[in-house]
Amino acid sequence: MDFSWIFPYRDLILQGAFLTCLLLVISVTCGFGLAIFLAIAQVGKNPVARWLAKGYCTFFRGTPLLIQLWLIYYGLGTYLPYVPGLRTSFLWPILREGLFFAALALTLNFAAYQGEILRGAMLAVPKGELEAARAVGMSPAMILRRIWLPRAIRIGLPTFAGEVVLQLKATPIVFSVTVMDLYGAAYKIRQDTLLVYEPLLLVTLFYVGLTFLITQAFQKLENAVPTRR
Amino acid sequence: MKHLGKALAIGMFMMAANAHADIRFGIVNEAYPPYTTKDASGKAIGWEIDLMDAVCEELKEKCTIVDVAWDGLIPALESKKIDVIWSSMSITDERKKRIDFTEKYYSALAGMIGPKDGAMGVTAKELKDKTVGIAVSTTQSAYFKKHFADVASEKSYATVDESFQDLASGRIDYVFADTGPLKEFLKTDLGEECCEYKGNVEPDDTILGAGVGGGVRKGDDALRERLNAAIKAVRDSGKYAEFSKKYFDYDPY
Repeated sequence: MDFSWIFPYRDLILQGAFLTCLLLVISVTCGFGLAIFLAIAQVGKNPVARWLAKGYCTFFRGTPLLIQLWLIYYGLGTYLPYVPGLRTSFLWPILREGLFFAALALTLNFAAYQGEILRGAMLAVPKGELEAARAVGMSPAMILRRIWLPRAIRIGLPTFAGEVVLQLKATPIVFSVTVMDLYGAAYKIRQDTLLVYEPLLLVTLFYVGLTFLITQAFQKLENAVPTRR
Repeated sequence: MKHLGKALAIGMFMMAANAHADIRFGIVNEAYPPYTTKDASGKAIGWEIDLMDAVCEELKEKCTIVDVAWDGLIPALESKKIDVIWSSMSITDERKKRIDFTEKYYSALAGMIGPKDGAMGVTAKELKDKTVGIAVSTTQSAYFKKHFADVASEKSYATVDESFQDLASGRIDYVFADTGPLKEFLKTDLGEECCEYKGNVEPDDTILGAGVGGGVRKGDDALRERLNAAIKAVRDSGKYAEFSKKYFDYDPY
């Protein structure tokens, strides 16, 4: 076992770890936001919105994340330079980076799974609670805001924690679109130093550690939210 | 007597195995034209394959090709899945710690291609604030770190092929690689349309000077010396120049 490479490569490793965490945070927060709309659309009464949301979830849950990422990066991303004016605009420095497309793909994918979970959770909220809310004169929007969604999120919380862990483990594929995340850093170190196992061991430890932190954080969150069963 | 017979049988078996054992050449399964690539039926072709055939003819050995991913070549050699790395691997000090190399069989000239905008030259002046695509852990990557890291930024790719795609779509400003694959890319429709050759970088013999050689296991001197002799014979007989003409307009040695 040779770990002498850690010190010379520390910047690359830390930067990679930062990018992994950044991608996780972006995709989970934005994806969750999107998932709320998807879930509401799916339990709502508007058939167009319902079918659009269902179609979205089916498509993104039914195709491999790697293919989605490449479709977005090599497909969409290749046509962007031909949009007039875009290449000279202030957006281009962001749009030319793999990080943007990686975050986009991960977000869209996470939203699809989370949207389905949240839909199930919304249907699992006891009817009586919603009827009680209506009985005290709450408007549908207020019921959604104060009763239906908060209750659904509480119900979905344990599954949500699992999804975040799965999302963490999905992030290494972003290396295939030039994002130097933690796995990318390990790949480069393996290539440079010709060591096969040691860099992989280090990132394994990191992923396990991060997973532990995520599950602990959600445990705390679950305990903090008052429930009465 | 019985033991002698047994020993003899084993000895003969080993000799037989030795005489018929193919030399296994490990070649990357990622396309790296014009050196190694695959035709439509999956057969390996390219300059390095022609050289391998010539060398094996010289050695009077049967050679087989084993497909290995680029990052798996050295582990495959060490675990005896292959006997020779024959895959445009530059001779570097870092690699010499793990494996031995034959004498070089070609010199990799390093150059850059970029979008067709007429701006020529690849010195620190032209590269200022640009993004350069480089395949991960190549000699070019080491060169970049030494000469350009403070003016330009590096983007790492798993294979040089992927960087071409990003160059064409404007995500990077240059691709820095061996001239062979670069010129091959410029011959394709996509390459012809988008990009042009910007020039070779200033030579730096400490990084780029050693050339490309075949890799063998540490201490496998017998094979290494036979390969050296065969490479020299192929060069001396004019065969080297002959098949090189099919691929290059210069002498790759």
